Amino acid sequence: MRKYITRRLLMLIPVILGVTFIVFSIMYMTPGDPAQMILGESAPESAVKALREKMGLNDPFIVQYGRFVKNAIMGDFGRSYATKKEVFAEIFARFPATLQLASVGVLVAVLIGVPVGIISATKQYSLFDSVAMLLALLGVSMPNFWQGLMYILLFSVTLGWLPSGGYGSFKHFILPALTLGTSTAAVIARMTRSSMLEVIRQDYIRTARAKGVEEKKVILKHALKNALIPIITVVGLQFGHLLGGAVLTETVYSWPGIGRLLVDAIKQKDTPMVQATVVFIAVTFSIVNLAVDILYAYVDPRIKSQYK
Amino acid sequence: MNEKLLDIKNLTIHYITDDGVVKAVNGIDIELNKGETLGLVGETGAGKTTTALGIMRLVPNPPGKILSGEITFEGKDLLKLPEGEMRKIRGNKISMIFQDPMTSLNPVMTVGEQLAEVIQIHEGLSNEEAIEKAKKMLEMVGIPGERHTDYPHQFSGGMKQRVVIAIALACNPQLLIADEPTTALDVTIQAQVLDLMKRLKEEFNTAMILITHDLGVVAEVCDKVAIMYAGEIVESASLEDLFEKPKHPYTLGLFGSIPNLEEEVERLNPIKGLMPDPTNLPSGCPFHPRCPKAKDICKIQVPKTTDLGNGHKVRCLIYEGLVEA
Repeated sequence: MRKYITRRLLMLIPVILGVTFIVFSIMYMTPGDPAQMILGESAPESAVKALREKMGLNDPFIVQYGRFVKNAIMGDFGRSYATKKEVFAEIFARFPATLQLASVGVLVAVLIGVPVGIISATKQYSLFDSVAMLLALLGVSMPNFWQGLMYILLFSVTLGWLPSGGYGSFKHFILPALTLGTSTAAVIARMTRSSMLEVIRQDYIRTARAKGVEEKKVILKHALKNALIPIITVVGLQFGHLLGGAVLTETVYSWPGIGRLLVDAIKQKDTPMVQATVVFIAVTFSIVNLAVDILYAYVDPRIKSQYK
Repeated sequence: MNEKLLDIKNLTIHYITDDGVVKAVNGIDIELNKGETLGLVGETGAGKTTTALGIMRLVPNPPGKILSGEITFEGKDLLKLPEGEMRKIRGNKISMIFQDPMTSLNPVMTVGEQLAEVIQIHEGLSNEEAIEKAKKMLEMVGIPGERHTDYPHQFSGGMKQRVVIAIALACNPQLLIADEPTTALDVTIQAQVLDLMKRLKEEFNTAMILITHDLGVVAEVCDKVAIMYAGEIVESASLEDLFEKPKHPYTLGLFGSIPNLEEEVERLNPIKGLMPDPTNLPSGCPFHPRCPKAKDICKIQVPKTTDLGNGHKVRCLIYEGLVEA
């Protein structure tokens, strides 16, 4: 198991290199001049030229990329062009907001999605199942930004119950968490239902019933644990995704998280900031994925034996 | 010995699907005394497994439905019991061994847990006591007790079937229903598992319904035999009577399709035709389209059960005197 984890962590290195290369290329090719951006529109041509030279922006692409990688290995991802602060200091300042939102969103989604999926599967084709799956379809189909706007319209503008955006109190949490929770819960509910439906038809479920096990225990003890792998996968993917900043939701609710940081950095062509944020997102996503894979082993002993 | 344990009367089970009604079991009668073994023989799709699930009241519903009949077990009609009472019988007084040991065990629970679970439910033991008993049961079926912490995937097929047998016998059932317990196993393991079942059955004086399509297995283990065809029991008799004096043309056909070691034959001699589609059973006697002795009347008249004495019963118009043998 330890060997497996080490190997997976080592595999992060090429992943990160690949990610930085792609981001660096895109930022290099997109129009706009960082030096101009830093000095402002009205700066004299000579000053911009001097800064370009100083920042090494005239060097060939591969030299620039090589310099970035070299510095990154030393732990120096540079300073933001916009705020002049160290990029990772900025990221870590923003991360708690994103982590909170992602955790609450996923928690809400799991608490709603898993039970709904289980009931839908055990009462397949019932009224509950039809209504739940219709709502789930709506939940996955509605784009987050649109949902967010609709919630603001209803709860902030019309009813005036909740703030339309910002960060600080519990009240600020409700709408963004609801927005993220709805779509995530819908995905989880659908996955739980289909996974449970498959498991319920297995022979070992019949064996459990033939032993005289109570129906509630048949479902929650015998079936659910077997149905868990796809559910964990979806929850993990969603969580990893949200940890990378729910870009649209954070923007709609002016939530000061990673997602908005990234959007702002891209707008300002703040290359070091974009680089660092993307690397950070890639790493968190990979770590969540690894955690999910480790969790598999605890759920299914057959997988555990493969990890050795 | 001759105390009646199970008495099934006129059991009818259908599966109601979008493509029509599957008439899986059509009015069968089964009697079984304590300690007796009945072989329930028939081709795939004859309704054997559905009968077994019916006794356990585990026919998947929907689409399955027990339409009529009585299943009297120890004087109580199982079909009228509330679900909670039925649960106390399952795994305790009546237990079942399923066909495929590869899929009958829960892959994410240790075999010890799965065994201890049934013991705990029915015997109210503490966790440790149940695990201790689970270990003893494993040893009884020839698996070292310390392997109770292993998962099903760490066992071979034959060992898994032993675990399934241990689960079925853990609470000393009065009746054991074994649904093709050896079909999924290779021949040497088959013999071991059959021997084990025979030994345990004698040890605990358990009655057994052995579902199989293998007449050789029946000859080895059973006291009486019921031959099933298209959801009906077409012939039932004691083992000797059935093997020495088979009456129904279908039974004769089954024996005829077993190759004889002493004669040299070019080809096997199968029963012609296929099992009828259970959503669309033939009129009259369900076997008439394949029966070498069928006459026109067989297409119209449904045969009644004729008692030939000594418990030998057959459903065929020949024995009602309506068709020449």
